[in-house]
Amino acid sequence: MNIISHRAIFFLVSGILILASVTAFAVFGLKPGIDFTGGTLWQITITQTSADLTQASAEEIRKFFEVDLGVKNITVSPADNQSFLIRLSHISEGEHQRYLEALKIRVNPRGNPRESALIEELRFDSIGPVVGKELQSKAIWAVILVLLGISLYVAFAFRKVVYPIKSWKYGIITLLTLFHDVIIPAGMLAILGHYLNVEVDIKFIVALLVVMGFSVHDTIVVFDRIRENLLIHRQRYVFSDIINQSIKQTFARSVNTSLTLVLVLLALLFFGPASLQYFILTILVGTIVGTYSSIFIASPLLFVTSRSKET
Amino acid sequence: MKKQNSTILLIVVIILAAAAVLFVYPHAKIFGVGVYPLGFGAKYMPWRLGLDLIGGTQLIYEIDTSQMASDDEKSVLNGLRDIMEKRVNVFGVSEPQVFISKTGNKNRVVVELAGIKDVKEAVAQIGRTAMLDFRETIEMPSDNTATSTDLENKTQFIKTDLTGRYLKKSYISTDAAAGQPQIGLQFSSEGAKIFEDLTAKNIGKPLAIFIDDQLVEMPVVKDKISGGQAVITGQFTTDEATKLVSLFNAGALPAPVNLVSQQTIGASLGSESLQKSLWAGTLGLSVIIVFMLAYYHRLGLFAVVALLMYVPLTLAVLKGISTTMTLSGIAGFVLSIGMAVDANVLIFERSKEEIKKGLSKFAAIEEGFRRAWPSIRDSNISTIISALILYAFTTSFVKGFALTLLIGVLVSMFSAITITRTLLRVFVKMTND
Repeated sequence: MNIISHRAIFFLVSGILILASVTAFAVFGLKPGIDFTGGTLWQITITQTSADLTQASAEEIRKFFEVDLGVKNITVSPADNQSFLIRLSHISEGEHQRYLEALKIRVNPRGNPRESALIEELRFDSIGPVVGKELQSKAIWAVILVLLGISLYVAFAFRKVVYPIKSWKYGIITLLTLFHDVIIPAGMLAILGHYLNVEVDIKFIVALLVVMGFSVHDTIVVFDRIRENLLIHRQRYVFSDIINQSIKQTFARSVNTSLTLVLVLLALLFFGPASLQYFILTILVGTIVGTYSSIFIASPLLFVTSRSKET
Repeated sequence: MKKQNSTILLIVVIILAAAAVLFVYPHAKIFGVGVYPLGFGAKYMPWRLGLDLIGGTQLIYEIDTSQMASDDEKSVLNGLRDIMEKRVNVFGVSEPQVFISKTGNKNRVVVELAGIKDVKEAVAQIGRTAMLDFRETIEMPSDNTATSTDLENKTQFIKTDLTGRYLKKSYISTDAAAGQPQIGLQFSSEGAKIFEDLTAKNIGKPLAIFIDDQLVEMPVVKDKISGGQAVITGQFTTDEATKLVSLFNAGALPAPVNLVSQQTIGASLGSESLQKSLWAGTLGLSVIIVFMLAYYHRLGLFAVVALLMYVPLTLAVLKGISTTMTLSGIAGFVLSIGMAVDANVLIFERSKEEIKKGLSKFAAIEEGFRRAWPSIRDSNISTIISALILYAFTTSFVKGFALTLLIGVLVSMFSAITITRTLLRVFVKMTND
């Protein structure tokens, strides 16, 4: 298992993935949810309808809002359990109740508009734009702080290793692999956002932070072994051999620790609640990418850094 | 001697884990029969479930404090929080949360009502300023047509000092003659004095009563009124009057508030999510158990036992510190289960290596643990950093996740050091002897 000598391949694969992700990001952008932009997210089911509206459709509901209520910039999409997801701009509670009453009347004009069995509100989120903007900046700060925090900690944890590369370089490489592990899921979300209208909300940021925390696990396992082998075998072996050996020794560990996590994530993905699905998917992709990067990218990067010192 | 210490430690841990199970288990029935003491924790300290699991609403109010000095601002905010809490208590929500949240230079009051039945009512009541004030009137010169609406339109109002601040108590009474509900007001002694002066000054003139800047009534003052008692007759329905009375008694808000964010989840969506998460979590746990046994065989058994003890212990800690379990919190907990196994994997792999090198089983395990510990510590610390920053930075929906992840990681480190190691020590010693 000569990882170092094949490093070009691994760098290439990662390079392509990163390029694809960055391109997707630049071209499609991320679709921000109302958490970040402000706005209203309203999920309703219509349990009873009058004769002429046998099967309410998303399109009809949207038209109702646009034409009858004069609401602009509204989208209505069908969601699970025969519910509808209505998206519009931030509205006041007064407007909320007015629209609800109007909708109830429209759905069953002969019925009593106060009858709550007609329309069930599963969810109503209305967030003002200022609150949304604040969350945006909070989220960005959180990501930056975690990136820095972890990288600094790794540099600190490996402070006693000076040969053949200084300890802070371990930190930098951790930082680079973290970027790698975060950009690829972000690219995936950009693609999902474009083709499936998947929105990026605060859960996505949480997922990224979790991925960063986990992905460092395997990186540390490998670095740890490299550190240990350096102490023992420094005189006898070349750095590249030490790295290869370390990876070989820790391969089972790295894979297994990630595997247990992946198993749990798969269970959550397929059997867990619908609202968490993209959240779990992001963590899943991030974990797999993270394991890959720990084994095939981080260590070769270490080697490359040491090489550049020699020339 | 070491073996005896380990065995004792193991027994202690097993007892703790068993107690944890009893503490944590939410239902007191097995097969429909009540089983005490199982679920004693549920009776004395039930799980606190978050909004996204039992439904409810989170409201964020912003108050305009730009006109106030900064010390005033603090007391105004605290006063606002207290008043809102009083109003919230009317709704019979079991554990309402009302707290101040500071973001940049904005101050907000966050109200979380888990399990509330009528969100519409809550929103209507909580944000209402309920500002009561009395104003003097000056008639504009007009052409003496004396319909009351003309009077209202042409009358100028001057604010006085008499506001709801001086209200000691408010109550409902019924006007015997008209059978209509009325709102009785009892002013404090200060307020009574102001009221006395006001009525004395305005005998024969109408005195206007405003609620939330809306004119409610404009009775003509017949006489100076001492003692601070007054009655507002207005056109109230009983419902309206009851609400106003409770608002007055809780206190008027010091300034108008603005609802900047509302997140409401219906109960049905919540309970479905809860079921699914629990099911997925149990499934995930089972899959891990199968994997550990398949890959590590007998060693795997130790990890499984440690894991089965880890789950109730972590839940007990979470429940013990009164965490509100949210959907994301459950996700965080399930993730931490996946990670708890990590430490065990590290120890086992390392021990296997040491055995290969020729160490005795016992020494291999000790060495395996010693060598694995730096990796365990470092990798868990990085997750802890993530969790801490998440906790400090983000909204309460996410805090639940960060907290369960954090506690999960900490308990998993503990379980790796004590439970797994002790288990291994005890049983290896036993097989060696």
